[in-house]
Parts: sequence; C-alpha cells; structure tokens
Amino acid sequence: MDVLELARWQFGITTVYHFILVPLTIGLSILVAIMQTAWVRTGKDSWLRLTKFYGKLLMINFALGVATGIVQEFQFGMNWSEYSRYVGDIFGAPLAMEALAAFFLESTFLGLWIFGWDRLSKRVHLATVWLFAIGTNLSAYFIIAANSWMQHPVGAVYNPKTGRAEMKDIGAVLSNPTALTAFPHVISTAFLVSGTVVAGIAAAWLVAKHHEIGAAKPTKAQTADRTLYRTALRFGAVVMLIAGIGVIITGDLQAKMMFKQQPMKMAAAEALCQTETGAQFSLLTIGDLSNSCADVTHVLTIPKLTSFLATGDWNSTVTGVEAIQAADVAKYGKGDYSPNLAVTYWSFRLMIGLGAFSAALAIAALWLSRRGAFPHQRWFKRLALIAIPTPYLAASIGWIFTEMGRQPWIVAPNPTGVDEIFLLTQSGVSSAVSAGEVLTSMIVFTLIYAVLGVFWYRLMVRYARLGAPEVEPPNKKDPGDGPLSFAY
Amino acid sequence: MDLAVVWFILIAVLWTGYLVLEGFDFGVAMLLPFVAKDDNGRRVALNTIGPVWDGNEVWLLTAGGATFAAFPEWYATLFSGFYLPLLLILVALIVRAVAIEYRGKIDDASWRRRWDWAIIASAWIPSILWGVAFANIIRGVPIDATSTYTGNFFTLLNPFALLGGVTTLALFLSHGAIFLALKTGGEIRVKAEGLAKRLSLGAVVVAGVWAVWAQVAYSVTWTWAAVGVAAIALAGAWWFSLKGRFGRAFIASAVAIVAAVVLIFGSLYPDVMPSTTDAAFSLTVANASSTHYTLTVMTWVAGFLTPVVLAYQAWTYWVFRRRLSVSDIPAHSEPTFAKA
Repeated sequence: MDVLELARWQFGITTVYHFILVPLTIGLSILVAIMQTAWVRTGKDSWLRLTKFYGKLLMINFALGVATGIVQEFQFGMNWSEYSRYVGDIFGAPLAMEALAAFFLESTFLGLWIFGWDRLSKRVHLATVWLFAIGTNLSAYFIIAANSWMQHPVGAVYNPKTGRAEMKDIGAVLSNPTALTAFPHVISTAFLVSGTVVAGIAAAWLVAKHHEIGAAKPTKAQTADRTLYRTALRFGAVVMLIAGIGVIITGDLQAKMMFKQQPMKMAAAEALCQTETGAQFSLLTIGDLSNSCADVTHVLTIPKLTSFLATGDWNSTVTGVEAIQAADVAKYGKGDYSPNLAVTYWSFRLMIGLGAFSAALAIAALWLSRRGAFPHQRWFKRLALIAIPTPYLAASIGWIFTEMGRQPWIVAPNPTGVDEIFLLTQSGVSSAVSAGEVLTSMIVFTLIYAVLGVFWYRLMVRYARLGAPEVEPPNKKDPGDGPLSFAY
Repeated sequence: MDLAVVWFILIAVLWTGYLVLEGFDFGVAMLLPFVAKDDNGRRVALNTIGPVWDGNEVWLLTAGGATFAAFPEWYATLFSGFYLPLLLILVALIVRAVAIEYRGKIDDASWRRRWDWAIIASAWIPSILWGVAFANIIRGVPIDATSTYTGNFFTLLNPFALLGGVTTLALFLSHGAIFLALKTGGEIRVKAEGLAKRLSLGAVVVAGVWAVWAQVAYSVTWTWAAVGVAAIALAGAWWFSLKGRFGRAFIASAVAIVAAVVLIFGSLYPDVMPSTTDAAFSLTVANASSTHYTLTVMTWVAGFLTPVVLAYQAWTYWVFRRRLSVSDIPAHSEPTFAKA
C-alpha cells in the first residue's frame, strides 16, 4: 500500500474509534447533568445515586475519548500536510475555536466536578457539571462546522497566486447549512446512544432485581433499587424516543440537502446509475457495485421513493451516477469521480436499519413499565443488552457513509455556490512522509487503541454490573474540610 | 503591530501555558517512584495534579489548533516533518490520559502498579521529546523549496537537540519536585523537599549550558536578556528551595520556563522554522501565516476567550489549593476483582 492508502486507513481507524466514544460523552454529560439537577431540586437520594452511577460510566468513557481525540488535532498535519496547507486558512479556525471555547471548558470543569463534590457548594457544583456538558456539545459544533466545510465549502475563495483556499466570511463557515443540519443529526444520534445506554443498563438491572427478589417480599433496599432503575429506564426511553424522532427528521433534511449539495454521494447511496424520473428506492441490490454501474441489478425496490426522499415530489427527476460522472469529467478533467458504490450503498442502508432497531427498545421499555410496573421478562433484558451497541454501530456507519461518499474528494466541490474550491484526497496527503512511517503509526495506534479498548470495555461492564452505589449523607462540615470524596 | 506577529507571540503564550502547567504534571508523574513507596503515597502525589492535569493538557491542543489556524504552513511542515517523535509523544499522551483515569478504577495492587508504570513512562517520554523538538526548530532542519521537510528521524538526533531534551527533562523534574513540596504534607513533602533542592541545582546547570549554547549559536543579541532572566530565575528556584520557601521557588521555576520560551521564540523570529538547506526556503512569520482576515477573526476570538479560560483555570487552582497528605485520600471504594 502507498502513503495515500495507508493514511486513509489510519484516518478511518482512528476517527471511527474516536467516534465510538464521542456520542456517549456528548449525550450522557447532559443526561447526568439533568439527573444531578433533579437531585438538587428534589433532594431525593435516588437521583444522587443515578448521578453517581452514570457519572462513573461517563468518566470512564470520557478518558478514552479525550485520549483518542488528541491524535485528531495533529493528524491533519502529520499525514495530510498538503491538505492542511490548502485549507488551513479556513479549516484551522474552527479547530482552534474548538480548543479555546470547548476543550478548556470541558476538561477544566470535569476536574472540578469529579473532585469538587465536597469542596464546592451544591449549586456551584451543579454548575460545573453543566459547564462540562455544554463544553462537550460545543466542541461537537465546531468540529462539525469544520467537517461540513469539507463536504460543502462556503465563505471562502480560491487564490490562484498562492494555490490556497482563503477565508472570506467566518459567519458563512460557521452557519454553513450543511453544518446546521449535520449538527442536530449528530447530536440526536448522541442522545439516542446515551438514552439506550441509560435505559439498557437499567432494564437489565430491573430484570435481575425481579429474579433476586423472587417470591419473597422485597426488602426496603430492594424496593428502593427497583424504583430507581425504573426511573432510569423511563428516563432513558423517553430520551431515546425524542432523539429517535430527531434523528429521522434531521436525517431527512440532510438527505434532501445532500441531493443538491453532493448529488454524487446520494446517487451512489441509492446505487442509482441512470438518471430517473420517479426514481425507485432500492432495498436490495446485487452485482459488483464496486467497479461499475454496468453490473448493478436492483432486485427489491419501492417505486418512486427515492424521488420523494430527494425532493418531496414523487415524480421528480434524480440524476444518476453516470450522468454526474460525465459532467464532472467535463468540469474537472479525466478521472473517476464516483465513490465506492458498495460501501456507500450498504452503509446508508445499515445506518437507517440499525437506528430503527434501537427504537424498538424504547417502545418496549415504556410499554412494560407503564402504570408503575416493573419489567421482569428475560427476553426484555436480552433485547436491552442487544440494543445497546446498535445506535453505536449506526453512528459509526453513518460517518463511514458520509466520508466515503465524499470520495474521491477531500474537499468536495460546491455545486450550489462558488464552485472553485476543491481538492482530491490524493492531493492532500503529506509529501514529507514515507509509507513506512505511516504504516508504523497506523500499527501503533491500532494496537494501542485495541488494548485500551479492552480495558474501557471491561471497566464499563464492571461498573454497570456494580449497580448504583449507596450514597453517604452529604458532608455537613464546611466545604474544603475532610478527605477528598474522590481520588485517583 | 502586524497580526502575524501578534499570533507568533500568542502561540508562544500558549506554549508557555502548556510547558509551565504540564511541566509540573510531568514532573510529579516522573517522580512518583522517588517520592512514594506505597500506593497511598503515590495517590497523594498523583492527586495533587488530579483535578487540573486534563485542563493543563488543553494548552497543547490549543497551541496545535492555533498553529493550524494562524500558520498553516508551519503546522503542515512541522508535524509531517517531526513525524516519529510526534508519534511517540502522542502515544505517551494517550496512554497517560487513560492511565491516570483508570488506575484507581479497580482495587487491585497489580492493576494499579501496571498503570503507575504507564503514568511514569508516559511522563518521561514527552518531557525529553519536547526539548528535542524545540531545539531542532531553533537549530533549523532541512526544508526544501516546497516547504517540505527532507530529513529523517536521525536528523533530529543531534547533540544540540539531545541536550535540549535533557534540559526540558531537568526543568520539569525540578518544577514537579517544587510543586510537590508545595502541595503535599507529611512524609511525601519531606521527600519532595529533598528532591527539589537537588533537582533545582541540576536544572540550573543543564538548562544554563543549553541556553548559552542556543544563544551563542542560533540567537540574536536581545535574547541575552531572556538567558539572563532564566539564569536568575533558576538560581532563585534553587536558592528558595534550599531556604524552604517553595512558593517562591515555584514562581521562580515558572519564570525560568517562561524565559526559556522567550529565548526559543525570540531566536526564531522572524522565522518560524528555519531551513538548513537554504535560508530562502525558511518558513517565516510572514510566509507561513494565514490571511489577514483569518488572523483578525482569530484575534477577536482569542482576545475574548483567553482571559475567560485563565480566570476559570485560576479559580480551579484556588478551589484545590490545600496541601494533600495521606489522611486526605479516601479508601478505595472501587470494585475489587472478587466483587465484580
């Protein structure tokens, strides 16, 4: 493999890995902040126990998320230095803003939150978890604005003298319509992931508690535990439902926008080779998608649905891969401007399918826990545990779709605005770096991530199995006295 | 003033923040085996940086992001050129972040001991490599007409750079020992004070030699002032350590690191990465910077946010100002292997 292929693999591996951790941090930070707010407001022990329980999982997750995020800040310079030179005038700005506005906020206030339980007053301590949560969400906005610029460059012009893109309007970069639809899509996905984790773990605990109690009369502690997990289950399920609806609405908006902004990506997602009026939506396609359109055969289709998804009109015309390819050749010269059809087509379908599956849990959870009932069915526990990884997979696959679907571009041309900024992925790779160096770093990162991933998983499971901790009565002395309530 | 120059100074400020703050984080971690014999001792030392180390590290990410935004050419040439050392630093930072967070998550001696070694090793590696990197930037590296680094890993391992690595190592060890002497109580404090007295002397010698070498070989006249301030500050850190005045010693040690950054950036200016191939190929403040518009935007953002960040980080240090000793460390409430 050459530098280009290796650098692409490395970016894919490190970024997909990083994004396994990110959604839970984004969503759960807010959910934990809500739990702690409920505790401060009501004074109920159960909310404090839930805060500490899910807060611990959040910390375990955040640590690896931050660690794998460090690479992202430097990887553009290391492997993609020609890209960095070309876009730095624009792309660097949201990255620097992310660090200044968001990373400082989340890291500093997480430290205050973890170590501040007995050092700060209740209200100030509550403010620290909110600032931490706001920081994580803010960081998502800036990085999505940066990524959206690669999908749909705005607010910039090409300077033929320097051969670089130059920023003309930061407002346009930060209010890129692509970012304004991608951000809510990513955030609702993050809440879907987090709601599933909260509800899934609570569901497993409820069923376990039921079998622990058996026919005996539940003790006071057992009743308290059951009530607490039921609260968590319903809380998580409501979050999942709202987030699920958000994912669908924003996904639809994004798809419609993408048909205009990146028609090639969407044509590939539908494996739509020929331009069609009233285009069908394909559920199953056979043939060798990766090479050429000639072999594609749709075997299961819904008539006119693709046209409807693209524009809201069942009879509209959707341009196919071959027509776009011909137009691109005329514009940018000889070359293949279509992404890998198989990856794009299947990742698009998997993303949607997996996302829909996790909604099943939310509905089951709300139904089984209706009118004060405690769910106890074993199948429900199994469903809950299977459901936890599905939104994760959907999120990862969604990113794979949108990044692979942008190929062969690293900065895709903007057909709806000033169409003068674009860069092929192959032109973005570092010239100073050898294949051996990239291979080394790829192997090193992959191995380290694998090892750390095992520890992460074991700790997450261990702490989930430990259950919501008992809480001490709050420290009545002045804040600042007594031992730390938490120490490494 | 030209905005590119403002950003050159701002990036120096960000590196200063990083090296002063993460400097003692690294120092504390490197000294773990020397100040503490048992788990409780190590926990005391580690928890002096517990609430703040993560926020301190963000200064590095911000320096990286700001370089990308304000000097894309510098960012591109530096990080693709210093590939393998940067890889080692990144690996260390990744392992370190996880190790600090995970060490106490399972109540098991061998689990903790392994993570402790990871914490220690991942502090030694960047402490040396940052010095190697900065010394190479001052010294200049082979860069061709397309701003591409043409050397290899071994180009970076020259005597001046290696001494630079020993210098940051010595500075951080001394800085960390003084910080521990200031922030701990009991037996660990006694050990840290003893170490601070010896290590601050070591820092005077090593950093002194390197600074004079850098000044004479690569710098301009006015940075003699920085060398002078660094010398006085390092001697001060040693003197106050001997007198047991560790608050003042810490300030002196921080001033020495500031002076070192002034020396580094002062000797670079107007270059940001001098080329040893041909001076005409050097990256400069002017030719590596972003456009005036981008720099203006970033100046507003940094001008507004940096004071806010400084304020809340300072508040964090105030909240956790107390000395820690063994009695402050709670028992492990984490699950044991048996329980889980």
